Amino acid sequence: MRNQSTSKRFNTGRWVTWGLFALLLALAPWFFTGGLAITVLSQMGIAIIACLSYNMLLGQGGMLSFGHAVYTGLGSFLAIHALNSASSGALPIPVSLVPIAGGLAGMGFAVLFGYVTTRKSGTTFAMITLGMSELVFAMSLMIPEFFGGEGGVSGNRVTGQAFLGITYGPPVQVYYLIAVYTFVSVVAMFAFTRTPLGRMLNAVRDNPERVEFVGYNTQRIRYTAFIIAGFFAGISGGLGALNFEIVTAEVVGAARSGAYLLFTFLGGATFFFGPIIGAILMVLAFVLFSEFTKAWLLYLGLIFLFMVMYAPGGIASLIMMNLRVASFGKLRQLLLSYLVLAVTGVIGLAGAAAMVEMTYHIQLNAGQGSGLVFLGAPLDAASMGSWSGAVIVMLAGFGCFELARRKFARQWSHVQGLIEQEIHERSVS
Amino acid sequence: MSALLKPALELKNLRKSFGKTEIIRGINLAVNPGERVAIIGPNGAGKSTLFNLISGRFEPTSGEVLLNGTRIDGKKPFEINRLGLSRSFQITNIFPKLSVFENLRCSVLWSLGYRYTFFKFLADLDDANARAEELMQMIKLDKKHDVLAMNLTYAEQRALEIGITIGGGAGVILLDEPTAGMSKSETSRFIELIKTVTEGKTLLTVEHDMGVVFGLADKIAVVVYGEVLAFDTPDAVRANARVQEAYLGSAVADAQAGGH
Repeated sequence: MRNQSTSKRFNTGRWVTWGLFALLLALAPWFFTGGLAITVLSQMGIAIIACLSYNMLLGQGGMLSFGHAVYTGLGSFLAIHALNSASSGALPIPVSLVPIAGGLAGMGFAVLFGYVTTRKSGTTFAMITLGMSELVFAMSLMIPEFFGGEGGVSGNRVTGQAFLGITYGPPVQVYYLIAVYTFVSVVAMFAFTRTPLGRMLNAVRDNPERVEFVGYNTQRIRYTAFIIAGFFAGISGGLGALNFEIVTAEVVGAARSGAYLLFTFLGGATFFFGPIIGAILMVLAFVLFSEFTKAWLLYLGLIFLFMVMYAPGGIASLIMMNLRVASFGKLRQLLLSYLVLAVTGVIGLAGAAAMVEMTYHIQLNAGQGSGLVFLGAPLDAASMGSWSGAVIVMLAGFGCFELARRKFARQWSHVQGLIEQEIHERSVS
Repeated sequence: MSALLKPALELKNLRKSFGKTEIIRGINLAVNPGERVAIIGPNGAGKSTLFNLISGRFEPTSGEVLLNGTRIDGKKPFEINRLGLSRSFQITNIFPKLSVFENLRCSVLWSLGYRYTFFKFLADLDDANARAEELMQMIKLDKKHDVLAMNLTYAEQRALEIGITIGGGAGVILLDEPTAGMSKSETSRFIELIKTVTEGKTLLTVEHDMGVVFGLADKIAVVVYGEVLAFDTPDAVRANARVQEAYLGSAVADAQAGGH
């Protein structure tokens, strides 16, 4: 992030980074084989585009949108209709370009709705996006011709002439289509942060009033950025339509918008790559974690609360802060504390989670008796022993965690002090 | 000579009311190109409100503001800025999470014609980058190139505030209490800085420090209760009995006592 101005556009480090990213996208299906893995990878690509486009608003423009799924979702619907038109021969476009139709749809609706929402900033902006989101979701139930009612709209991506043997029948072919779109979109969105509009968007986030006094119309900046974000959101939605071959009303719903916000924040809105981490976690949570436990949304909420309170910069900022410590050669003295924090934290969480799981078991699986197995330990939701055991484990874990956390906080500020001193000495000498 | 000159900034019977309270009560003022004008007056006299009216932050209730002969009253701040008027703020108003260099580059982009473009890389904008570097040296922050604005010292932030204000190359500069909150030694250095960077420009400044006012200004406008009590050279204003009575005597005493 430093030396943005002095660094050349074509420096080696950046080529290596992008090369590795491309390689990772290309090789991922070799390492993660199997049907589920390919689906998960595909969804990650789609989510990465969506979260990065959302972060154009949140992290780069300071616009807290509660309705980003409107643009991914309408992109999905337009894309599935475009796919069906292509199948019936009414629209002469290849399947590979269907996501572009989604992108144009996202952009078009952003032009339309964004004109209203971006007139205001801050809380008012947030409220209007929430209203827009509700409006579009309500419309989805009112216009079944377009939104397909409860069953949604389905399509078939295997259509038209196969090009070089690519039919998009096998999921891995769809994955590669998504990977190409992901790579291009990520590069484009990164490039955007290096343009005059991208920088002025940061300025609007920091201090909209001052922007007006250096000659820029803040509404116009927000509006243009909103349209660009809508385009990439639509691309993401279009890819989703191709991937699932069905689009239902929930893709424009508030829950989806909330997930974009939550995971973009979790990944870290202050760094460009933060939402990529968030998107990967989003897919893992929705696809895998939700299989693992019925209480996954509850855990997700707790993690979100914890992050907002203790690490508001998200995972990306945690990584960057530790990289900074490491670059001054001081990470090693923190490692033991990290280990203690991790162990005590996991113990405390295990105790808490045992109680959550027992509660869920009583509520949802009453027919199967009161016994359950949690992390290999047999528990009985009806016995006093299981409950008091869980309470003791939780209290012991969190108690030790809190002690370790206090010690770590002192240690951390000590290390930061040393680093500041070192920086100061360097600048003086 | 002044009869031939079109004023750089002219206020005609400017008025502003908030509710029933009239804060600016018919101000007339003509500032010639290249003049340095200090606006003084007691707290609550309407000095900052006057700046807000000129710069487009507020819309006047009635009256006219002319910039180089063009009416700008009622226009938006960014429109006024594009016509060549720029201002600083009494409370530091910068881009806290951007570096010093980025702050200054943001201030020059519009004037160099880059508008809302997203098809060019900032790193390739040689003129904008050179201008930002030049500004950074002018305000003596060239060693703080990559430091985030929020991590600067107060005096450095005030300098950055000036840098952003002059960045777009506006001909008319409004500085709202540029030395507010600074120590004596910082203030005198800062005044030299302001003199250098506003060379050849029309300057209006609100200032409380009488030493600064008499050192910097070609002319002084005394504003009391939303009206211009006197507008003349520093010597003439100092000798003006009405000003003495209304304001200056006590302010000079204040300045000598070390406060303002």
